Amino acid sequence: MRRLIVLTVVAAMLSASCGDDDTDGSSATTAPPATQTTAPPATQTTAPPGTQTTAAPGTSATEPPQVEGATVTIVSHDSFSVTEELLAGFEEQTGIDVEILTAGDAGEMLNQVVLTKDDPIGDVVFGIDNTLMSKALDEDLLVPYESPLLAETSDELELDPSHRLLPVDRGDVCLNYDVAYFADQGLDVPQTLTDLTDPSYEGLLVVENPATSSPGLAFLLATVAEFGADGWQDYWRDLAANDIAVQPGWTEAYYTDFTVAGGGDRPLVVSYASSPPAEVIFADPPVTEAPTGVIEGTCFGQVEFVGILAGTDEEAAARQVIDFLLSTEVQEDIPLNMFVFPANENAALPPEFVDYTVVPSDPLSMPPDEIGANRQAWIEEWNEIVVG
Amino acid sequence: MTAATPTLHSRAHGRLRPLWTAVLAAVPILFLAVFFAYPLVSILWRGLAPDGVLDLAAAGEVLGDGRIWEIAWFTMWQAAVSTVLTVVLGLPAAQVFARYRFPGKRLARALVTVPFVLPTVVVATAFLTLLGPTGPLGIDLRRTIWAVLIAHVFFNLAVVIRTVSGAWAVLDPRPEEAARVLGASPLRAFLTVTLRRLVPALGAASAIVFLFTFTSFGVVLILGGPGLATLEVETYVQTVTFLNLDVAAILALLQLAAVVALLVAQRLVVARRERGERLQAERASARPPRGWRQRAWVTANLAGLGLFLGVPVAVLVERSFRVGDGYGLEWWRSLGRRGRGSTLFVTPWEAVTNSLTAALVAMVIALVVGGVAAVVIGYGRGAPAHGLDAVLMLPLGASAATIGFGFLIALDTPPLDLRTSPWIVPIAHALVGIPFVIRIMVPAIRSVEGRLRGAAATLGASPWQAWRAVDLPLVGRSLAVAAGFAFAISMGEFGATTFIARPDRPTIPVAIYRFLGRPGDANYGQALAMSVILMVVTATAVLVIERFRVGEVGDF
Repeated sequence: MRRLIVLTVVAAMLSASCGDDDTDGSSATTAPPATQTTAPPATQTTAPPGTQTTAAPGTSATEPPQVEGATVTIVSHDSFSVTEELLAGFEEQTGIDVEILTAGDAGEMLNQVVLTKDDPIGDVVFGIDNTLMSKALDEDLLVPYESPLLAETSDELELDPSHRLLPVDRGDVCLNYDVAYFADQGLDVPQTLTDLTDPSYEGLLVVENPATSSPGLAFLLATVAEFGADGWQDYWRDLAANDIAVQPGWTEAYYTDFTVAGGGDRPLVVSYASSPPAEVIFADPPVTEAPTGVIEGTCFGQVEFVGILAGTDEEAAARQVIDFLLSTEVQEDIPLNMFVFPANENAALPPEFVDYTVVPSDPLSMPPDEIGANRQAWIEEWNEIVVG
Repeated sequence: MTAATPTLHSRAHGRLRPLWTAVLAAVPILFLAVFFAYPLVSILWRGLAPDGVLDLAAAGEVLGDGRIWEIAWFTMWQAAVSTVLTVVLGLPAAQVFARYRFPGKRLARALVTVPFVLPTVVVATAFLTLLGPTGPLGIDLRRTIWAVLIAHVFFNLAVVIRTVSGAWAVLDPRPEEAARVLGASPLRAFLTVTLRRLVPALGAASAIVFLFTFTSFGVVLILGGPGLATLEVETYVQTVTFLNLDVAAILALLQLAAVVALLVAQRLVVARRERGERLQAERASARPPRGWRQRAWVTANLAGLGLFLGVPVAVLVERSFRVGDGYGLEWWRSLGRRGRGSTLFVTPWEAVTNSLTAALVAMVIALVVGGVAAVVIGYGRGAPAHGLDAVLMLPLGASAATIGFGFLIALDTPPLDLRTSPWIVPIAHALVGIPFVIRIMVPAIRSVEGRLRGAAATLGASPWQAWRAVDLPLVGRSLAVAAGFAFAISMGEFGATTFIARPDRPTIPVAIYRFLGRPGDANYGQALAMSVILMVVTATAVLVIERFRVGEVGDF
């Protein structure tokens, strides 16, 4: 129990700088129930991986792939979740046995994969995000796979032209606020990052340490995107002077310091744009209004990717698993399992997810290369400023 | 075994023969070499010699950083203060459990273990309420060092109470009674007579508490507020977040050096105190309290213990029934229902089964490996025995992140391809449990009077028979305590296991964290209901384990 709690969490939904969304979230996301869901995954996944450009050593491109009886291990962060029946159906249709290996939060998982790249612990990796992707690409962990399902994926999510990392879901890290607290206190809800340094919000905010938390890192990146590489430090000095609490991870922040959940004393928390729908879906007795709200001006977009680990002995089967994960069937299953938006544009969204989810019109973002080049330095600088 | 046993001990001293020492010592040494030293050295070497040549450039960078020394200093002093507080507050309760019989004693002793296994974040939600301005103390201790110290005592009190009361119970009370007859006050009799006889057990308990609080992670980060961090946190960040294995290696070595220095110092103090003691049947030394003073003392102690350990636990139990503005069984009912069918979901039954399986395997490994080591250390002589003793404590003080990542690169080739095996979890738990078994068993083994064994031999018993008739019953109590701890450690998901990629066999703590990975009051409610299940299962299991005492001590 004395350990760091590295579970990540509800992953996020992003938004993205997508130009195709209306600014008005809910209407934009109630896409018409997709008509293309009729293809069972098996028909999709048996498509020959002919577009593939490189083959793993030992896999001849000319031999038909033998996947029957193969075991594919998905290395994932702790939040990975799909409906069991879907997985069982895939296993039955393809004869592939899928195992899930959970390896901490996204950052920890990636480092475990990096550490074992000469002798990989799995075949497929799920959950590397845009804040980590440049490291994954630089380390040469993955083999490319141009899945036919990329045709159905939002183009703006395809951040890796080499197709080693394929977008699988998207979300936003945003400040959440306790609706009742601000109403009871007659206090205006802060609207911008700058508002948070106002003395009227002194002692009200809890954030996660970016050194130990994915949403914490995303929030730090939001402030860098907003105030610039030379301006965010002063912003955080002001924020620290306004008495913020720092927790090691999302779970600790949300369930110990945030007022809505565990009985904490801070009505502002770094969480996700999809947290309010989760508050509604996991409410008992049922509620019609979410107890929390999202402050749109503070959101940072996250994209999560899947990829095939270099050195796998089961590349053909791994491709089928990737296709399965990108299929509309799984993509439609993702929102209520992981509380993120699907990457597949044909996937229909569940109404209860859409109704309470805010899609920020213009979330903050940053090129993955810039994040990769500065991530460690920024985290260390942040800790010097905020933690001391 | 039977044929060989007559030569197990040399008759004169009740000591192990050198050959047997070597054979038996091989068991713990091999286990430690494979599952601790090899992964540790592998990851340190990867960090310090990425190209096969030792490069200590990071050492200058780390050791020249004033902040690291500040963190090291804080790590040391908070652990020292936490340990002293835990020992001082645990001693009176240990005395009550050792010297008095009262209704519900077995249950109370099992319940004391409950805080030990609770997930930090779950306890923290109760602590932040209790230590807030509206809590029973009426002062705001949130995000202060006080919250950290109080939580450390809360989590570790069981170590002191159970370790020390186990040793105390079999201590012959007559010397203390003689002191009382000669006019000493109870306090004076305790300080001058009993305390020094408890030094080995106190040494064992304080070493373990110190190492736990020295490597404290969640408690310090969650309750301490910004600015407080231990070396363990620093090593974790460098390993897990940045994969700066060179810096992490230096930090891990710095941490190990501090731990070794402390263990050596502690051994020097304690070793001189360990000698043959007159042990006594627990039944004979524990009596019902007599007179109002004793009754008041026992009552006050149990009430204090109940308040300190019980109130935070009660807050959690209460919240598992709090639904909306009232109370209900909603979270309990929905435990088996909500979210069913996703790969993340686990039924309470599955989680309990997974936890019990892992904990029993971990307990057996810890008892076998730790028990053999305790025999070698307890009956062995000289430097090798002391060395083994100290070395087997190291896993408690080593960084969990370092060991976990070490497993990944070291245990990757058959027959040790265990990186993703379900065995790796109980093995990692056993690494933490073994020091408990040794620390609890060795003082008990050492304190068995040679004269008793000699008497048995004189009466014609073989050394093996003498050991079974004399030693085993006297150490049986300690064995039960050790088994309970080895089990509880695994139930509470300690240390390195957090950093191991593992197949999907969620235990109770993992199920709790999965609930707490999502927003929503149902998730919080179900996490608390699952926490209550963890408490009940742990207390019950410890109660059952303690029933399996090896050969209850008879009346002499």
